[in-house]
This record gives sequence, structure tokens and C-alpha cells, in this order.
Amino acid sequence: MSPDLVKFIFGRLTWEAIPLHEPILLGTFIVVALGGLATLGLLTRYKLWGYLWREWLTSVDHKKIGVMYIILAIIMLLRGFADALMMRAQQAMAFGDNAGYLPSHHYDQIFTAHGVIMIFFVAMPLVTGLMNLAVPLQIGARDVAFPFLNNFSFWMTVGGAVTVMLSLFVGEFARTGWLAYPPLSNLAYSPDVGVDYYIWALQIAGVGTTLSGINLVVTIIKMRAPGMSLMKMPVFTWTSLCTNVLIVATFPILTATLALLTADRYLYTNFFTNDFGGNPMMYVNLIWIWGHPEVYILILPAFGVFSEVVSTFCGKRLFGYSSMVYATVVITILSYLVWLHHFFTMGSGASVNSFFGITTMIISIPTGAKIFNWLFTMYRGRIRYEVPMLWTVGFMVTFVIGGMTGVLLAVPPADFVLHNSLFLIAHFHNVIIGGVVFGMFAGITYWFPKAFGFKLDPFWGKVSFWCWLVGFWVAFTPLYVLGLMGVTRRVSHFEDPSLQIWFVIAAIGAVIILCGIIAFIVQIVVSVLNREALRDETGDPWGGRTLEWSTSSPPPAYNFAFTPVVHQLDAWWDMKARGYERPTTGYIPIHMPANTGAGVILAGISTVLGFALIWHIWWLAAVSFVALAAAAIAHTFNFKRDYYIPAEEVVRVEDARTEALRSLT
Amino acid sequence: MASHAHALTEADKNRFHMTEEHHPENGTLLGFWIYLMSDCLIFAVLFATYAVLGRNYAAGPSGADLFDLPLVAVNTGLLLFSSITYGFAMLSAQAGRKTPTLVWLAVTGLFGLGFLSLELYEFHHLIHEGAGPQRSAFLSSFFTLVGTHGLHVTFGIIWLVTLMVQVGQRGLDEAMKRRLMCLSMFWHFLDVIWIGVFSFVYLLGVL
Amino acid sequence: MRPKLLPSPRVLAKLALLPALLALGGCDWVVMNPSGDIAIQQRDLIIVATVLMLVIIVPVIALTLFFAWKYRRSNEDAPYDPDWHHSTRLEIVIWAAPLVIITILGAVTWTSTHLLDPYRPLDRLAPGRSAQHVKPLKVQVVALDWKWLFIYPELGVATVNELAAPVDTPIDFQLTSSSVMNSFYVPALAGQIYAMPGMTTQLHAVINKPGTFDGFSANFSGAGFSHMRFKFHGMSQANFDRWAAEVRKGDQRLDGPRYLVLEKPSEKAPVQKFASVDAGLFDKAVNRCVEPGKMCQHDMMRIDANGGLGMAGVYNVTTLEYDKRVRRGQEGGLRAFVAALCAPKSAEAR
Repeated sequence: MSPDLVKFIFGRLTWEAIPLHEPILLGTFIVVALGGLATLGLLTRYKLWGYLWREWLTSVDHKKIGVMYIILAIIMLLRGFADALMMRAQQAMAFGDNAGYLPSHHYDQIFTAHGVIMIFFVAMPLVTGLMNLAVPLQIGARDVAFPFLNNFSFWMTVGGAVTVMLSLFVGEFARTGWLAYPPLSNLAYSPDVGVDYYIWALQIAGVGTTLSGINLVVTIIKMRAPGMSLMKMPVFTWTSLCTNVLIVATFPILTATLALLTADRYLYTNFFTNDFGGNPMMYVNLIWIWGHPEVYILILPAFGVFSEVVSTFCGKRLFGYSSMVYATVVITILSYLVWLHHFFTMGSGASVNSFFGITTMIISIPTGAKIFNWLFTMYRGRIRYEVPMLWTVGFMVTFVIGGMTGVLLAVPPADFVLHNSLFLIAHFHNVIIGGVVFGMFAGITYWFPKAFGFKLDPFWGKVSFWCWLVGFWVAFTPLYVLGLMGVTRRVSHFEDPSLQIWFVIAAIGAVIILCGIIAFIVQIVVSVLNREALRDETGDPWGGRTLEWSTSSPPPAYNFAFTPVVHQLDAWWDMKARGYERPTTGYIPIHMPANTGAGVILAGISTVLGFALIWHIWWLAAVSFVALAAAAIAHTFNFKRDYYIPAEEVVRVEDARTEALRSLT
Repeated sequence: MASHAHALTEADKNRFHMTEEHHPENGTLLGFWIYLMSDCLIFAVLFATYAVLGRNYAAGPSGADLFDLPLVAVNTGLLLFSSITYGFAMLSAQAGRKTPTLVWLAVTGLFGLGFLSLELYEFHHLIHEGAGPQRSAFLSSFFTLVGTHGLHVTFGIIWLVTLMVQVGQRGLDEAMKRRLMCLSMFWHFLDVIWIGVFSFVYLLGVL
Repeated sequence: MRPKLLPSPRVLAKLALLPALLALGGCDWVVMNPSGDIAIQQRDLIIVATVLMLVIIVPVIALTLFFAWKYRRSNEDAPYDPDWHHSTRLEIVIWAAPLVIITILGAVTWTSTHLLDPYRPLDRLAPGRSAQHVKPLKVQVVALDWKWLFIYPELGVATVNELAAPVDTPIDFQLTSSSVMNSFYVPALAGQIYAMPGMTTQLHAVINKPGTFDGFSANFSGAGFSHMRFKFHGMSQANFDRWAAEVRKGDQRLDGPRYLVLEKPSEKAPVQKFASVDAGLFDKAVNRCVEPGKMCQHDMMRIDANGGLGMAGVYNVTTLEYDKRVRRGQEGGLRAFVAALCAPKSAEAR
């Protein structure tokens, strides 16, 4: 074939893009490929394809979509954490004459991928997954407002994740840091496919995130059970509302900013170039106008989880519900006014710097109030140390330190010496691990019995918690110290041998965290194997307070046979206190959304489109774009999107539950 | 709206569940409105970018050298008229009259196509003269802002044709009225954005 | 005398550092033990802010652990009050306590940010020593791929990856970058400041102790970033003069063509010394017109401020192998730049 034809067919894609010469990547690929084949084989062997397609992949049930988000996050956590281990190993050994085992070409991709994956494909799916799982149940709804969109959003997130993973085996990932500042990320300095993988992965996943944000906002505003006024919403629903408002109000900024970078790279425009009047500072401002609220998008739902957990396991109503709500709203608004604190060191004037420094500090006031609220919920409670509560106490002790170092970094002159340092790295891991990750583990352990009908094994949960807590401090205290020694981030080799001991300690910490992750997976396996012993028939294993605990575990597809009527905050607690009796007759047919494969198809085509654009395979891009438009239009011709669950079916399901409940007493 | 939907009636006060099926208000229009606001943010970013880069001509031509105000005025007229005709389409749809609805939708689509053709002509002309989006940061931000609006109009026209086919098939049931309403919001939104583009980019650029 | 931030940061500093000092056991925590007055004040600020926050953090942690222990389920003696969820007095306290701390910290932030603004010329060399009558040393810094170029315009010399300055003399840095963003950071001397292409930033600092200190780029800038390091030498005035004389004795001259060679990416670049430097080289580097025929950015900006060059300017782009695209990328490619209209004039323009 002529070279021109090959170039037309394959674009930039050549055999060199397949990293056959990189033993680490090749090994990973073989493991992934074998694992994938084994999974496919098992699915075929047990004839699970139809089940998987009908019951999960095409499902519009918010509970199943929530579970799938969390599974995606856990898989991506393994990848992101492997990156972390590789960085820790490199930094622990690369001193003096020892160059370590990763050349900068590889190391630079790893720290970029670590950041991108952990934020976009671990933390975000965890948060979205838990919100999907719990919010409709908490507000007494049958599903979200736009069930198909929910499925589509999930698959777009998967499409983004697949794109990132592809970069491991076909070509390479960005070598720019997780926010890809130009000019470095622009064509002149990163001409290869890495940044394009970055852009398209985030754009594809970003569509999903934005749509899922719109979906949950409308769900919470429109679909609450009768009687549930805004100030009777569970705190987790409140924090979810604020998070989704933030998503809707910030992700478009990320989309637009990345689109401008895309134009620079594909159309040779001059937004962020050094020449022709371009302005790289624009990018830095825009990306942080999205980036800072993003931090609160992640942490607010975690705050919500802690609020639910602390009042449940203290057996006590949450202290200061309204101040908790106001604090959340204040944080939501303030999160827009602080973005410049990420670049105090770029020469903004003293007045601008102090303004943004002080607005940043002001956020710590509502955050502090929240901490006190949890504290005084514990006061005069009866605290049961189930695993979710352990995560919560671990969070409270850990997070305040991260908050403190954060406020310290908000003082501009202090930031001048700490910016870009390992102190900064320690700070944001302190709030993201100590806040978001602990919160998500608390939430998973808390709602797992609701989703599956049996509790998670507490022993392995405790092992996981202690490994994470101890591992976190062992891994990141050295980084705080190194930051104060003037050591900065993203360095793959050091001269000063006296630093090495700290990096070795940090690496040990990372291994302890690894034990925590392994313990978590063991916990799930053990719990599944041991599910009969851990089974909960009551639907309310923790003595819960909110509506999700009023239905069975797992809830039926329609969540509630009868829509609950709410009179108080902690609606389920109120119902229990007033001797509510579950109705056993009078069932009516229930109107439900129907499953559809459109989400999988549209997201699949989008991913192909992204791949074609990354590799400049223009014919494929054109074909997939047309296919995408056609599939989307075809989907709008499908008007049969709902069905009725007949009353007899409801009777069957509910009678089974009546029977199960009776056998308990 | 929330207080209305979530207020308890007398009968509800002493019960913990509804015995009849609960029908929450349809959220499509609210959801679409929120989507429009998020889209508005994308335009906000593009406007901000234009505000920052719009005078960086890189020793090349400026808006005053390039813009053909009469052409843009005709273009603006086309888009404004298309909004009015869409309004007529909605009036007919509310009255349940299918054929006038389709006719007005078709007129709207034609105005939209006219707008697009003039915009494409303008772009072609500029690029032909050497003032393409690569020439300067000003032109990059100009082409991107105006072009993104144009892409939205293109998308709107495809959507409009789709809806016309569906109205033809199904008539004006609730679902179709809701869809027409969403496109209506989208179309008027694009009109508002264009007024911003016209004043902020073209008028300020020439004056 | 400049106003003090708080009554006695030094005393606070010593108090708070006590446990920390014990823990270090002789390690060099350079950020907490710097050698320049600006960095010392930044260190003091870290301590003041930390102590202020510990006032609230320590009780919170202690209370958390105490409540967690006291109200455990097995402790039947502890009071249990399941419906207690509100106390106006307590709510006022939990909002007011952080508010008070943040108000104080905010005031400290406002004053210290202005006093320690890197753009502000120094008014003291060390506590109690005015900087008024000491002539500052000007240093122009260019971050190249991946090495540092230091130009001493008053001495007419330049060095690569080696920076020297006399002690107790204000240093007036002007910084830029040739390609991507870097951050200039000598922890012992002062906080960092970004060096960015097409822009200048400033840093005013002073070194108070003689010695050799580490300097590096703190912002990731590509493949050679990890080795983008240099030594900063604080010297007595006599030693500095000797050092400058030594540099001047060499035979290397840094002119435009030499700069363009130097600018090409290289890793672990050795120390280089240039006995003389073209006047205005830094300006050309900032304005991205060291390359002959290329229009300086300040000229371009002046033209743009007057409305551009009209349709005549449309084709005022010169196409050539754009050096950076070729040198960093895998594929060559055509890139353009705006051609200078009047090269000699731009060279002298400030």
C-alpha cells in the first residue's frame, strides 16, 4: 500500500504506538488482556451476556447505575493507585547516580495520569455513584427525573475512562501535569497524542458529568415525596443538590476551556500560544474557575455522608441541621471566589492576592461550623463503632489537619514558599483522602446493605480502615516534611541523599494504603461468599433515620410500593417513632421507565469518535460523527420509554417481603 | 413551585404514605432550562475570551477592517424574524393546529438556513482574504465565538427538521408540545446570544 | 522601620519551633531555616498562621477523641440525649470561633501580602537595617529549556545555572521564560515566582548569610525539568567582585545567535559563563524577537493598540521551520511568525 493510503487509513497511528518495547506496559497489557479474556469467557460459560445486557448495561434503574459507577471507580482506583506506587518507588530510589527505573518520559505520564484518573475517574464516579444510589431513595422517588439520560451519562463516563486506559497500550498519555497548562500542553511543546488523549477523555466524560448534574438537580427539585420541603431534606440530599448545582455551573467552563485548547491543537488557532497575541494565562484562570469548585463538588457529598453516618450511629438527631444546610450553601457560593489562590505566584498584585487569600480563608468558617456540628452530634450520643462511624471519626481527626494546612497555603506569602512543593501535595491528599475517600468508603459501607441486602464484613472493613488511616499518615507526613525542606513536586530524580529516608517512609506508607485497598476488595469477596450470615431482611440494618431505610434491601425496582408522605426531617425515624405500620394491601400498578440500549450505543460511538480524532483518522471521525448524530436522532423516535409494573407483580414482591419480615419476629 | 408541589393536603396530615399513584411534576422544561444555562456558561467563556483577546490583532487586520456591517445586519434580521416565526409556530401548536405549525416551523428553518448561509459566506470571504482563525488571537476568538453560535444554529435546524417529521407522524400530543417548547427555548436563547455577539463583537468592533 | 505583623513573631516562632526543632535532629529544613530576610519573614508568617489555627484545631481534635471515647455505646454511664439537636448559644460559638481566628488571620494576610509582595522594592536588609542607601543588584533571569540564564546588566556578564550575589545587598530580579512556564525558586532566599514566556515578573530579595544554596524550577516544564537546578552563591562583597572579575576574564560572548543556540533544549546543562552580553538581549528574549526578522511583541502590541495594520497586515507572516516545534516535537512542521517591520528600532526599544 502506498504511504499516503496508509496515512489516510490510520492517521497518526503506527506500529510504533504500540509499546512492545516497554516491559512494564507489555506486562500490564498481558495481565489486562488475560483478565479480560477470562471475564469474557466466564460470562459466556455461564450464559450471563443476556442477563448483563438486560439487567445492568441497559438499565435505567438509578440504583444499578449507582452501583455501576462505583464499580467503575474501584477499577480505576486500582489503575490510579498503581501509578501512585510507581511514583513512590521511583522517588524512593532515584538519588545521585541511581536514575531510578522510570525515565522522565514515562514518569511524566504517570503523574499526569494519576491526577487525571483519581479526580475524574475515581472520585467523580464514586460521588456520582453514591448520589445516584441514595438520593432518589432518600427523597422517596421511583427513579431520577431523566432515567435514560442517567444511563447515557454513566456510559459517557465509561467512554472517558476507556479512552484514558487506551492511552496505556496505544500511544501515550499527556506529559503535562493533570491540568495541562499551556504553552507546555500546546502543539509547539506537546505535538504527540498524549494531550489529545487527555482532552478527549475529559470531554467525553465531561458530557456525562454535566448531564448527570442536570438530572440530579431536577430530580431533587421536582421529585421529592409530598411533605418533604427543602428544609426537611436529608443532609446528604442537600449536599448532593449543591454539588450538582456546582457541576452544572462549572463543567461547561471546563468543556469550553478544553475546546479552546483543542482548537489550538487541531485548527492552529492562537488562544493559548506564545505568539500571535495568544495568552496562556487565560487558560490558567479558566481552568481553575472550574478546578476550584470541582474540589467542593467532591467534598460536599462526603460531608453529606458523614452527616448521615454520624447521626445514625450516634442514635441522635443531627446537631444544627439548619446551620449545616446554610454552611453547605455558603461553601457552594464561595467556592467560585477563590480560584486565583492556585496561582498566587504568577505575579498578580498584592491586593488581588490578598483578596483571594481572604475569600479562601472565609470558606474555612462554614467548614469549621460543620465539624463542630458533627462533634456536637456525638455529644451525648450512644456511639456504635460500626465501620462507617470509624471512617467518620478518622475523617474528623485527619481532615482538620488538611484544612489547617489549606488555610496556611491561602496566606499568599506563605504560599510563595510552599506552592508546588510536596507540602502542597500532602495538603490536598490530606483533604481528598482524609475527606473524599474516607467519606466514600463510609458511604459505600453504609449503603451497601441497602443496595445488596447484606452487610459488608466488619472485620475486613476495620482492617481496611486502619490500613488507610495509618498508611495515609505514614505516606504523607514525610511529604509535609519534605515540603518544608524545599522539595517540589513532579521531580523524578534528586541530588541530596539526605532526603531519601523520607521518600522511603512515604513509599512504606503507600504500601500500607495498598493493604487497605486489598483489604477492601477482600472485604467484598468475603461478604459475598458469606452473604447469608450477613443478610439483612429488615431493610434497616443500622437503625436508620431517612426514607431509604423504610423500604426493603435491595429495594424493588419501583423503590416504594406507596410513595411516602413526609412530616419531619428524619422521616423514617419519625415513622418508626409514631408506630407506622407497613401497608400490606391496596397495591396499584406502578409507572416506570423502560430500559434502553441507546446509552451504550451513543457512548460507544462517542468513544470511537474520540479515538479517531486523537489519531487524526479523519474518515473514521466523520463516519462516527454521522453515526452519532443518526443514532441520537433515531433515539428521539422511540416514544415507548415507559411501562407499568402490574399490580399483581407488586403484590407478589410485597407479599414476599411481608413474609420475610414476619419470619423475623 | 416546590412549596406548591410539596405542601400537604389535610388528608395527608395523618398518613405516612400515598394510597394513590404519586405523579411528580414533569421536569423536562426545568431540566432543559438548566441545560441552557450551562450552555450559556460556554458562551460566557467564549465572550470572556473575546474580551481578553479581541484586540490582539498580531499586527494584522482588526474588526473595523474586516466586518461588513450591512451583511451582519441582514443576518441579524434573519435570525430575529426566525424567532418571531417560531413564536407563531408555538401559538399554532398550542391551539393544536398541525398544518400551520408545520408551515411556521418550515419558515423558521428557512430563515435559519439563510442565516447560516450568510455566516458561511462571511467566513469563507474572511479566510479567502487571509484573515482566518490562525492569523491572530483576535481572529481565533472571533471565529470560535461566532462559529460556536453557528454550530448551535445548525444543530437547531437538524432538531427542527426532526421535530417536523415527528409532528407529521404523531400530531401535536403532549410529548410533541413539550419537545417543541424545548426547541423554542433553545431557538430564542440563540437569538439572545446573537444579540450579544452582534453588539459586543460587530458593533463595538466597527465603531 | 516597617511595621510589625504581630507583637512578637520571633517569640511565637521560638515557642512553636521548639518541638519541631527537637524532631529535626540537625536536618536542614530550609523553608523553616532560611538565610534571606524575605524567606525568614515568610517562615515567621507560617509559624504565626499555624499557631493561630492550632488554637482551634487542637481543641477540636481533643474534643473529637474525647467524645468518641466517652459516648461509646458500652459506656452506659454517659448521658444519652437522642433529641438534643439545637442550642443557639452553642451555634453562635461554633460560627464565631472560626470567624474570630479568620478575622485575625485575614488582617495578617492583608498586611503581610502587601509587605512581602515580590514586586515591592525592599525597605530593609534585615530587622533594623534599612535598605535605603544600598544600591540593589539587578539580575535578569531567563528560564530556558531546561536551564537557567542569569544576566547581570550592570556588570555586563551572564551565567548559566550559576547565580551569585553579595550578602546584604537587595537583589532585583526580572524574570521571563523562552518557551513554557517555569517557577524560579531558591528556598533559602525567598519565595518563588513564575517565569513565563512573553511576560516579565519581578522578585525582590536579599541574602543575609554567605553560603551556597539550591535553586531550581518549581513548576513542571517538560522532560528536563528534574535537572533544571542551579547553585546560588551568597558571597561577601569582596568575593562577589572577585567572582565578577573572574567571569569577565572569559572569552565567551552572549549575543543573539549564541542565545538561540543556548535556547535549544538540553538537559543537565553545565555551568557556563559569559564575559559580555549584548545590551537589550533580555528585552528581546521577553519580546520573543531574538531571532532576526521577527517582530518584537511590544512593537506588535503598540501596533495593535493603534488598531492593527489593516488588510495590509494580513500576509505579514513569515513562514519558516519554527524552531520549537522541531526541537521538541517528533514531526517537523510549518509555523509562522509576524515579521518585523523595522528591526533596528525594535532592538533599542524598551
